[in-house]
Formats: sequence, structure tokens, C-alpha cells
Amino acid sequence: MSSAPDTSATAMPKNYLNEKITVSSWLLTLDHKRIAILYLVSLLAFFLIGGLAALVFRVELMTPEADVLRSETYNKFFTTHGIVMIFFFLIPSIPAVLGNFLVPVMIGARDFAFPKINLASWYVFMFGGVLALIATIAGGVETGWTFYTPYSTMYANSNVILAVCGAFIAGFSSIMTGLNFIVTIHKMRAPGLTWFRLPLFIWAMYATALVILLGTPVVAITLVMIFVERAFGFGIFDPALGGDPILFQHLFWFYSHPAVYIMILPAMGVVSELISCFSKRRLYGYRVIVFSSLAIAVIGFFVWGHHMFVSSQSTFAGLTFSFLTFFVAVPTALKMLNWIMTLHKGSVSLASPMLYAFGFLGLFVIGGLTGLFLSTLATDIHLHDTYFVVAHFHYVMVGGGVMGFLGGLHFWWPKITGRMYPEGLAIFAAIVIFIGFNLTFFPQFQLGVHGMPRRYHVYPEEFQVLHIASSTGAMVLGFGYLIMGAYLIWSLKFGKIAGKNPWNARGLEWETDSPPPTHNFHETPVVRHPVYAYEYASETSNEPDVQSEKGHV
Amino acid sequence: MDHPVVPVKTYLTIFGALMVLTALTVWVAFIDFGHGLLNDTVAMSIAVLKALLVLVIFMHLKYSAKILWLIAGSSVIWMIIMIGLTLTDYRSREWIESQAHRAIPWASNPPIEQAAPAADDGHH
Ligand code: HEM
Ligand SMILES: [Cu+2]
Repeated sequence: MSSAPDTSATAMPKNYLNEKITVSSWLLTLDHKRIAILYLVSLLAFFLIGGLAALVFRVELMTPEADVLRSETYNKFFTTHGIVMIFFFLIPSIPAVLGNFLVPVMIGARDFAFPKINLASWYVFMFGGVLALIATIAGGVETGWTFYTPYSTMYANSNVILAVCGAFIAGFSSIMTGLNFIVTIHKMRAPGLTWFRLPLFIWAMYATALVILLGTPVVAITLVMIFVERAFGFGIFDPALGGDPILFQHLFWFYSHPAVYIMILPAMGVVSELISCFSKRRLYGYRVIVFSSLAIAVIGFFVWGHHMFVSSQSTFAGLTFSFLTFFVAVPTALKMLNWIMTLHKGSVSLASPMLYAFGFLGLFVIGGLTGLFLSTLATDIHLHDTYFVVAHFHYVMVGGGVMGFLGGLHFWWPKITGRMYPEGLAIFAAIVIFIGFNLTFFPQFQLGVHGMPRRYHVYPEEFQVLHIASSTGAMVLGFGYLIMGAYLIWSLKFGKIAGKNPWNARGLEWETDSPPPTHNFHETPVVRHPVYAYEYASETSNEPDVQSEKGHV
Repeated sequence: MDHPVVPVKTYLTIFGALMVLTALTVWVAFIDFGHGLLNDTVAMSIAVLKALLVLVIFMHLKYSAKILWLIAGSSVIWMIIMIGLTLTDYRSREWIESQAHRAIPWASNPPIEQAAPAADDGHH
């Protein structure tokens, strides 16, 4: 660990944060690191909005009667929560923040292949986000984040079109980011950085970008179809107009199942980095993890029908999709095994980012295994559209995706900001978040098994105890996030100076200053070692931050 | 990346071809080939041809590196996955149902009506 003296009073050397500080230098920046910060700030704002909506309906759910919200308002709250959290927080979270910051640095490049497209992606994203927020403020949407037809196209009296446009536009920002990742990873790796020397985080970004490019156009066109049916009465999904509502579900889930891998693959990439660093070992089965990421990206496109077992999809298609779904679990399980093998015999240290990695492992296993209950036809008939599904996807998306994001944020925070956060508080917050999360979502499995349907706010009294547990958990969880937000903001000004490599990690991002200079490296790095070369000493590890100023100016 | 300069004439020719094919689609739509599937096949074939022209010439695939062919190709494969598996549903909807009927003969008809002719057949 760096034992650098706290020099916070003295100015940091010139870096991407302090080089220029005007508003326009931020809003017109082409620097991938600054764009990552723009994304970080906006995504956290969306996370806050989505979280507040959830807190409101969790309060409503504490009693069996409707007392805080009317039914329609309740529907609007969970829809806002879903749309904001999925399209405007979780899908972009790791790629647009950590990926944007790290991909060029990790591969030793000065920036992305298309810096202007990168900046444009943020503006496009914000435009979509603002439309969705307007839809919410100007009356709301009550279709649920899935926009199922024919309700969304024919019956809903709300701002469906606006919300759909918001999601549609945000999709293009994902596409721009994905395109940039692929081209940059292909074309701009530092000398010596061969494909199998790439950090697993880069592989995860690459696999994610493939899913984004192949899947997002489909949801975009599907949303357009909702638009034209709703606005102009074209018969596509509405049976009254000769359409077919199940067609919507096919098209929607063709994207939205792979989209769950857009959310989880990046988190898996983060976890690989964390486990390697805090076990001080090269990852066991590096290539297995690489190929399982690619396998997940591909197989993820063959399973969407598992969301439709109880729709009027044919029994044969249900069987096929159920069968295919079990295959996705294989590469996921392989990753798990390799992570565990890495920990085994590693010298494991429990720094705060690693706690999130452990949180990920435990929670994601529960999420993944309950996925298997849901992909079994017979059990899904009972569990579909109950709280069991809600618990399942929160275990994977929050327990997996958000834990991965927070673990990565803590791990690279010193690199991004140049400062450390208070470790003791961080450990405390991680534990509060873990407890709050489980208290919120574990009871929902029980609720679901006992038959509590999702998306209802009036329920039989026997469910109240579990609902109260869940609502209490939500508050604990929210409290944990607040502590985290507070100390991260505090650290921006008062945190200990981090130095180049506070975790003693390997990888090009740890070879450069923290925060990195505008062009990332003072001279183009050359890679001479395999990835995660913990057997070799790193130039930067264990060095205090008092780096010579050579190469600046 | 360096793109070869494509003569304007090529673009105009392709544009003309696309217009002719569009007209052809409209014309063909009024001809009854006897079976709906046949009409669909003809219309879709013309559409695929047009899409190829756009991809290969307008979008410069013809002048591009192999990897771009790979990317364009994989998106076609992905579309086949999407349509193929969706059709798994649509094509098999009656299918399983009728099998079920075969297995349980009285599922669609009242058992008595089924039983009576069957008994008759046995005697002749
Ligand atoms: C082992 C892997 C997984 C399997 C087998 C699996 C299986 C399933 C199944 C069968 C359903 C449909 C349940 C129903 O509606 O009755 C479902 C729902 C869902 N899953 Fe998973 N899942 C897996 C992993 C994931 C991951 C990694 C995520 C996200 C990061 C995820 C997110 C979701 C979401 C969001 C839904 C509900 C969508 C909705 O109806 O609103 N799943 N899962
Ligand atoms: Cu799914």
C-alpha cells in the first residue's frame, strides 16, 4: 500500500482534471476520461431518481391497502424506476463510465478511435434521458419498463411515446460507445499487447460491445413500431388491427435478454480484475474466462423465449427456449469456478473493492441459480410474474451488476480522482449495502413462491410481514449508498493522495499517474509481460507518489 | 482509411436499379402467384437484392477490408437467428396442439361421437 505522505495541500501535477477547468472545456471535451466523468455524474443522478422512486413505492408496500399511492400512480412509479434504472443507469453504467475511462488507458492508447463520436454519445444519451424524464414529470407512464403491447400501443393513456423515444435515443448512445470500443480494441493496442495479454476487463468490454451492436438496433426498431402503431394506427401488434401482441414480446426480448448480459458481462470483467489484484495472482483459466465471455455474448441471443413461457408462445417454442437457456448457465459457471480457483491459494486481502467482488460472487450465484428455476417450464408456470422473478433479477442486476460497478468504482477511484477514500467507512458502507440488499430482496423470493404477484400494491394481509422486511431493507440499502456517496465526495477534496498504484496492481492503467495526464501516458508504453504478471515486480508498486516530474510540461 | 473514389456514374446506375426494382415490387404485388407464400418469396427476393446493392456499393462493402464483411455477415446471421427462432413459435403453434389431439382423441370432439364410428370400423 502506498505510504505517501498526505500532500493534499500542494497542487497535483498537471493532469486531465486540472489542465483546463472552464465549463466549455468540460462540455466540449474530447478526452475519454472527462467524458467518463460526465457519464458518471449523469448516471449517478439517474440512479438517485430511480432509487427515490423505488423508496416511494416500497413505503406504499408496507401496508396491504393502498394508502400512499393510487393504483395508477403506483404503476407510474415502478415504471419510472424500471425505465430509469435499466436504460439510463445499469446498461450504460460500467461501459460508459469505467469502460470509457479505462479502455484506452488499459490498452496504452491516447484516446478512443473516434473521440467525437464518444462525446456525441453522451449528448445523445442525455437527450434521451431528458425525454424520459419529461415523460415522467408530465404525467408519467404506467406500462412497466417492458412496454408490452397492446396495452402500450392502444390502451395506456400516458406519455408512452415520449418514454419510448427516450429509450430509443439512448440506444443509439450505446451503439456509439460499442462501436468505439470494438474499433479501438482492434486497432489501437500498445506494442506488445497481444489479444491474450489483454486484461479481462477489456475482453468483457469487447464482448459487451458485440452484444450492443447486434442487439440494440432490434429494440430500436421495435420501439419505432410501438410509435407508429400508437401514433398512426399501423397494425403491427394490436390484434384488432390484424397485428400480433406476441410478436412484440419476441422482438423486445430478442434485445432485452441479451441486454441483461450488457449489464452483467462488464461486471464480470470488473470482478476478474478485482479478484486477480486482491489475490495477487494471474487469473486461473484466463482463456476460459475470455471464451466464456464470448460464449455468453453469443448464446445470450438464443434464449429470449424464456420470458414468454406463459404468453401464447407455442409449447414447442417454450420447450426449445427452456432447453437452450440451460446452456447459458455453463459459461457463467465456468467463470465462477475459475474465480474460485484463483482465490484458492491466492493471498487474498479484504480491501473494500474486494468486498464488493465477494458480494458479487455470492449474490450472483443466487441470482443465476434462481434463473434456472425460472427457465424450467413447469416451475415457471407458477413463478412467472411473481415476486420470485423480481427477486431473481434484482439479485443478478443489483447483486451482480451494481455490486460490480461499485467495486470497480472503488478500485479505480484513486486512478480517476488521484485520491483515496476513507477505507474504514468504505468497508462499513459495503457491509451495510450487502445487508440492506439481502434484507430487501431475499423476502421477495418467499413472497413470490407464496404467490404474491409483481406490480400489485394491494395484497392479502398474510404477505405484510415479508413486505415490511423488504421495505426496511430498501431503506438500509439506500442508507448504505448515501454513506458511500458522502465519503466519495468528501475524498475529492480531502482524500489522501493515492499515488500511481495504491493497490499494488498490474496493468497499464497503474503505470501512469493518478489522475492520468490528458494523453494518458508520457510516452507510449510497451508491453513486455503477460497480463496480471504478479510474479514480476512492477515499476510502480510500493512506490510513494513523489514521482519525478520528468515528461510533464 | 483510404476509400477508392467511386465514380458518380456507378452511384447513379445503382440508384436507377433500385428504382426499377421498386417498381418491379409494386408490379409483382398485383400478380397472384397462386400461393401467398410464393408472392412473399418473390417480394422478399427483390428486397434482399436491393439491400445487397445498398450494402455492397452504397455502403462501400465492396471496397472494404475483410473484417467489415465479417461484421456485415454476422448481422445477417443474427437476423436469421431472430427470425428463425421466432418462426419456431409461429410455425409450431397448431403443431403441438394437433399432436395433443391425436394422443387424446376426445380432446377436440366429445368422446361419444369418436367412439361410435370407431366401433363401426372395427366390424367391417
Ligand atoms: C443463469 C442465468 C440466467 C437465467 C437462466 C435466467 C432466467 C430467467 C428467466 C427464465 C426469466 C423469466 C422469468 C419469468 O418472467 O417468469 C428471467 C427474468 C429476468 N431476468 Fe434472468 N436469468 C439469468 C440471468 C440473468 C441476468 C444475468 C440478468 C441481468 C443482469 C437477468 C435479468 C432478468 C430480468 C430483468 C428478468 C425479468 C424481466 C421482466 O419480466 O421484467 N437474468 N430470467
Ligand atoms: Cu432472459
